[in-house]
Amino acid sequence: MAAAGLAAGAFAAGRATGAETDARPDARAAYDFRGEHQAGITTPAQDRLHFAAFDVTTDSRDELVALLTAWTEAADRMTRGLSAGEVGPTQGSVNLPPDDTGEAIGLSASGLTITFGFGPGLFRDEDGKDRFGLADRQPKALRTLPHFPADVLDPEKSYGDLCVQACADDPQVAVHAIRNLARIGFGTVAVRWSQLGFGRTSTTSTSQSTPRNLFGFKDGTANIKSEETKDVDEHVWVASGADAKADWLAGGSYLVARRINMHIEIWDRQSLGDQEDFVGRTKDSGAPLSGGTEFTEPDFTMPGSLGHIIPDDAHIRLVHPDFNNGARMLRRGYNFVDGSNPLGGLDAGLFFIAYVCDPDTHFIPIQNTMAKQDALMEYLKVTGSALFAVPPGIGPGEYVGQSLFT
Amino acid sequence: MRKPLLVAALLVATPFFAACTENAKDGGDKAADARTVSVTSTDDECKVSAAEVPSGTVTFDVTNDGSQVTEFYLLGEDGLRIVAEVENVGPQLSRQLVVDAPAGSYFTACKPGMKGDGIRGDFMVTKSGEEPTVSADDQALVDTALTNYAAYVQDQSDQLVTKTEEFVKLYKAGDDDAARTLYPEARTHWERIETVAESFGDLDPLTDAREADLEPGEKWTGWHRIEKDLWPELAENYKQLTPKQRAFYADDLMKNITTLDQRVQGLDYTVDQIANGSRGLLEEVAAGKVTGEEEFWSHTDLWDFQANVDGARVGFEGVKPIVEQSDPELAKTLTTRFADLQTLLDAQKTDTGFTFYDDLTPDEVQDLANAVNALSEPLSQLTAAVLS
Repeated sequence: MAAAGLAAGAFAAGRATGAETDARPDARAAYDFRGEHQAGITTPAQDRLHFAAFDVTTDSRDELVALLTAWTEAADRMTRGLSAGEVGPTQGSVNLPPDDTGEAIGLSASGLTITFGFGPGLFRDEDGKDRFGLADRQPKALRTLPHFPADVLDPEKSYGDLCVQACADDPQVAVHAIRNLARIGFGTVAVRWSQLGFGRTSTTSTSQSTPRNLFGFKDGTANIKSEETKDVDEHVWVASGADAKADWLAGGSYLVARRINMHIEIWDRQSLGDQEDFVGRTKDSGAPLSGGTEFTEPDFTMPGSLGHIIPDDAHIRLVHPDFNNGARMLRRGYNFVDGSNPLGGLDAGLFFIAYVCDPDTHFIPIQNTMAKQDALMEYLKVTGSALFAVPPGIGPGEYVGQSLFT
Repeated sequence: MRKPLLVAALLVATPFFAACTENAKDGGDKAADARTVSVTSTDDECKVSAAEVPSGTVTFDVTNDGSQVTEFYLLGEDGLRIVAEVENVGPQLSRQLVVDAPAGSYFTACKPGMKGDGIRGDFMVTKSGEEPTVSADDQALVDTALTNYAAYVQDQSDQLVTKTEEFVKLYKAGDDDAARTLYPEARTHWERIETVAESFGDLDPLTDAREADLEPGEKWTGWHRIEKDLWPELAENYKQLTPKQRAFYADDLMKNITTLDQRVQGLDYTVDQIANGSRGLLEEVAAGKVTGEEEFWSHTDLWDFQANVDGARVGFEGVKPIVEQSDPELAKTLTTRFADLQTLLDAQKTDTGFTFYDDLTPDEVQDLANAVNALSEPLSQLTAAVLS
C-alpha cells in the first residue's frame, strides 16, 4: 500500500495520488477506463456491484452533455483510485463541502469499472416525443422490454433513462462511485433506483473460478469468456452497420438488467435430486447430469430412467445456445439480499445483467422460453427490469456517448 | 416441487423399501466401515467392493466409470424384488444409496444403458444383531394409502365438476352475486387437488393462469379471467364481458374441467407422489395464497389457502401410518403443525366462508406465514420418510 503521497499531502494513503499509474498498490487492481469498448463488460467480473438507474430531469441537451462530460472525468479519476473531484475529500477549503465524499480514503482502486448506458427514455418520452433531438438515432432494439410471464415488476425497481454499473472488488469503492456520480448529477438527473450486489454469479474470464448463486449452484459455467474473442465479437458487441440509424452504437452493446427474486425458503425445501433436475447439473461439481466434469458439454439426448437424463424442463437445456439459434449472452449478474420481506422471507435473488449485441435475438426469445417452460421459474419472480444501450468505448479526450451527440 | 409424472408412474414401480439416494460424499474413514460398499459400474462390469456385509444400514457409493447412464439395484433373494435402487447416474458421476438391509441373500445389479437384467452379483447380508425393524404390514399400509388417496382425488374431481357446472350457469345467466358466492367454493375442489391438476401441463395454464402469467398476445382463459369480470372494481378502464364472451369463457372452463375429471379417473399414485403432493400444496400456499397474489381481484385467497391445506393434510394423513413406523417424531411434529395452522385458519372463518385477504391485518398475515413455514419445513422431510 505504498502511495507516493507527495503532491497532495496526507491525501488518501493507499490510494494512488496523482497520475502516476505505477503508484498503484496493485497493478491488477485497476482497469483502463478508456479504450475501444467500455470497461466493466469483458473485464473479469469483480466481486461487488452497485448499479444505479437515473431519470433525466433536465430539458436541456447542453446540460445533459455537460453531465456526461463531468461523469466521464469523475469516472476516469475514480477508476484510477483517485478522488471523484480534483480537490479531494480532505484537501479543500474548510468552508466548502469536499468534492469527494471520502469513504474510499485508504482504499485502492479495487478493480473499479464504471459502465454507462442509455435507456429508451433518453430518446423519447412516454408519449413518443423527441426529448433531446436524438429520436432519429434511437437504436431499433432499444425499447421497454415486453412483459414476460412471471414478471411482477415494481416500477420503482425498473426502467431508467441512464444507467451506471459500478463493479469493484471492494463494496465500499463501488458505492463510493455511484454516490459521487449521483451527487454530480443533481439538477440534471435523479436516481430512479439502485441495486447492490454482494457476490458475482458469473465468470467473464477463463482465469476465474465459477461462483455460486443463492440456489447454491455454480452459475455462469457456460458464460461467454473474454478469451473467446470471436464469440464476444459475434454475440456481445454491436457490429458496425448492424443498425443504420444508430451507427453511433457500433462497438457498444445492450445491457439487460433483471432483478430476479428467488423464493429462497421454498427452494430450500426441495430435495437435492429435484434441485439438480431443475438445473440440469449436479450441485457438487456443476457437471451436467449427462456426466463428466463442470466444463463437459451437456449431452441433451442421453436417455435417463424417465425421459432424458437432463430433463426437458431443465434450466441448462432451455437456455442452451443449441436450442436458441446459437445465441449466447455475456452475463455479469450478482447475488443480492436486500434484507427480508414483510413475511420474514429473504428479499434475495440474482440481479441479472447480460450484455448482448441484440436483445431481440439474444434475450427476448430466450426469456420467453424460460418463463414458459423452465422448472426453475416456480422459484423465481422478476421484480425489476430495464434495458439500456451501452455506448462504445471512450477515447482520450472524449466523453461517454459522444458519438451519439455529434 | 417437481411436477409428479403420473403417467410415467404407471410404468415404473417405485421401490417402497428403503431407497434413500444421496450424492456421494468424500468420506475419510469410510473404507474402514464394514457397511460401506463401493460400486464401480462400467459399460460391461459391475465391481462391488464387498460381497458380504453385516446387517444394518448399508451404504453403496456408486460410481459410473462407463460411457452411458447407469443404475444400481439391490435385489431380493428371488432376483425380482427391488429392495433399493439408484437411477440416473451419469458417466463419471457418483451417487450414494443408503439402505436398511436385514440379514439374507441378495443380488447386486448394475444396469449400464438402463437395459436388460443388469450385471448381477451375489450379495450376502449376515446377522449382526443390528437388524432394522421392518413390519410385515408395510405393504398393506401402502396399499391402503394409495387406494384412499385415489378415491379422495376422484371425489374432489366429481365435486369440482358439479360446482363448476353450477358456477358457469350462474355466470352465463348474469346472476353475478350468486356466481361470486359460488366462485371460491367451486375453486376449493380444484385447490384441494391442485398438484394433481397441475401435473397436466396443458390444462393448468388454460384453467388457472393469472393475468401476469401470460405472454403479450396470449389468450387468457380460465377461472381468473372470469374472476376479473366478476370483481372488476380494481381493474383500470375495464370493459365488462358481453354475454357472448361470457358464454365462451364459461364453456371453455367447463370443457377443461371435464377433461381433467376424465383424466383423473385413470390415475394411479405412488406413496412418494402422495407425499410430494402434500408438500407441493403447502408450497402453493407459501408462494401465492399467503401473499394474496392468487385471487388478485376477488381476495378469496383464504378459501384457496384452506383447500390447499385440506389436500396437504389428507395426503399426509394417508401416509401417516407409514411415517409413524419410519419416523414417529416427524409424524408427531406434522400432526401438531397442521393443527396449529388450522387454528389460525379457523379464526378467520365467517358465516359465508373466510375473511377476505384485503381485510386481514399485517399481523394476521404474518402469523399465517409463520405457521406455513413451521409446517413446510418438516413437511419437506415427508417423502424421504415414506420411502425409508
